[in-house]
Amino acid sequence: MSTGSPGYFPQRVATTRWVPHVEDTQLAWLFGGVLGVLVLASAIGAVLKQTAKNDAAHATINNLNARTRAWWKMCAIFALTLLIGRIGSLVLFGLLSLLALREYITLIPTRRGDHRTLVWSFFVITPLQYYLIAIRWYGFFAIMIPAVAFLFIPTRIAMAGDTEHFLERAAKIQFGIMICSYCLSHAPALLILRIPGFVGHDARLLFYLVLVDQSSDVLQYVWGRLTGRHKIAAQVSPNKTWEGFVGGVLMATALGTALWWATPFTPLQAAGTSLVIGLLGFAGGLVMSAIKRDVGVKDFGAIIEGHGGILDRIDSLCFAAPIFFHLVRYFFAA
Amino acid sequence: MSAVIHPLASVLAAVARGISGVQVRWAGCRPEEKQRIYFANHTSHLDFVVLWAALPGEVRARTRPVAAKDYWEKGLKAYLAQRVFRAVLVHRGGTAQAGNREEARAAARTVVDRLAEAMGETDSLILFPEGKRGTGETVGPFRSGLYYLAKRRPEVELVPAYLENMNRILPKGEVLPVPLLSLLTFGAPIHIGETEDKRGFLERACAAMSALRRKGES
Repeated sequence: MSTGSPGYFPQRVATTRWVPHVEDTQLAWLFGGVLGVLVLASAIGAVLKQTAKNDAAHATINNLNARTRAWWKMCAIFALTLLIGRIGSLVLFGLLSLLALREYITLIPTRRGDHRTLVWSFFVITPLQYYLIAIRWYGFFAIMIPAVAFLFIPTRIAMAGDTEHFLERAAKIQFGIMICSYCLSHAPALLILRIPGFVGHDARLLFYLVLVDQSSDVLQYVWGRLTGRHKIAAQVSPNKTWEGFVGGVLMATALGTALWWATPFTPLQAAGTSLVIGLLGFAGGLVMSAIKRDVGVKDFGAIIEGHGGILDRIDSLCFAAPIFFHLVRYFFAA
Repeated sequence: MSAVIHPLASVLAAVARGISGVQVRWAGCRPEEKQRIYFANHTSHLDFVVLWAALPGEVRARTRPVAAKDYWEKGLKAYLAQRVFRAVLVHRGGTAQAGNREEARAAARTVVDRLAEAMGETDSLILFPEGKRGTGETVGPFRSGLYYLAKRRPEVELVPAYLENMNRILPKGEVLPVPLLSLLTFGAPIHIGETEDKRGFLERACAAMSALRRKGES
């Protein structure tokens, strides 16, 4: 890339804690690339709308265009919060955690005796998890939910005195907090890693994770629509096929590899991490689909036009974020 | 009566919609600015606020919730109820406390007079005919207020509404809400028949409301 190698601005050290990322040229290239894809998608959608012949084709294209419009909004919000800096991203992902948790808890049966535990989950545990990132307390961030909240939740439910389906209720709330709050919080936690030679550019790493993960989702969907024949788990999701999975993950890996210049990785390392993001993203979509089938719904919500709920959109990210975070932390962070 | 809209009204409506994540389905009618009586199931103190907030702004400005005087008559709650929500506060349980039939009739008449007066020629009402909050699993028996009001104003549309999940968002006896998602369904309007008796009408109204329940499917 003409904008230079990853080491082009190696000495630009953050002088304030919440440095905005406006001057980051490579981040600007990433934004520009996404903008180009969105413009292209909108243009194709507009052309297809003119050429659609029957009602069925119209319905498909209207859904496609609704999805594209939603992507414009989601990208705008994500880009804006990324530009604001760490606080912006923390607030965004904190809200996403709460919205996802709300969609999840709405669908699982809880009882009157769980009310106070849920108040704790929404108003104390989840905000605390993001606060720990804000104050860079990694040690407590890593154990607060898996150790402290894990023990607190069944205790609080037991104190309410209702033993009906006790273990299921405790386990289902624990699972929801692990997925929606703990796992997802690892995405903005990338912003507090100190990577030698990459200081001040951590926003790119978060952008990279989200870009590769969401592209993998879209590419698996498109690839599956075009070539999908052999279903992976028909009971769980009729849309997940081997062709879509392999094609989508490989394309996302190719994309992630091609964007190595924006990361602290070599091209080969970028290929490896993108592959991991794609595989984990697939696992996330599969697991959350299984939960939806279990409770008998199609989507977790209806907040994003054409996509369903927040949790339908970020299920892959919930799985990819913690593994990506720990790979980067173990191999690259100081 | 002219509708004076309190500046806090739209803010509180937005907060109520945010906390309850309410998804509104107009399954049997459209939101219209004509005079109506909305009657809904009751499981939470937030019910009337959410139903009121879910109405489009111009309809909301002409819709007054009916609320229990004993709960809403003091302090901040009284201010909100009277100035912001423009609630009609009624004394509940008047008929149950009455010593005999005549006293019960008189108590009911007082309440119905008050409601009819509050409606005037322009305003709609939000009513919870069960009278008290239930657990959310079943709908309790309807009190007779809806019948007498329907008799008094037979031309007004009675719109059944069903609120789901409010009992999980703010159950009886809790102070802090859990912001889960709720669903509000408006059904087709009903009218009272000329010769319809009290019991038959209340059962029909209750059935029209209960039929709006989603029953687990999505």
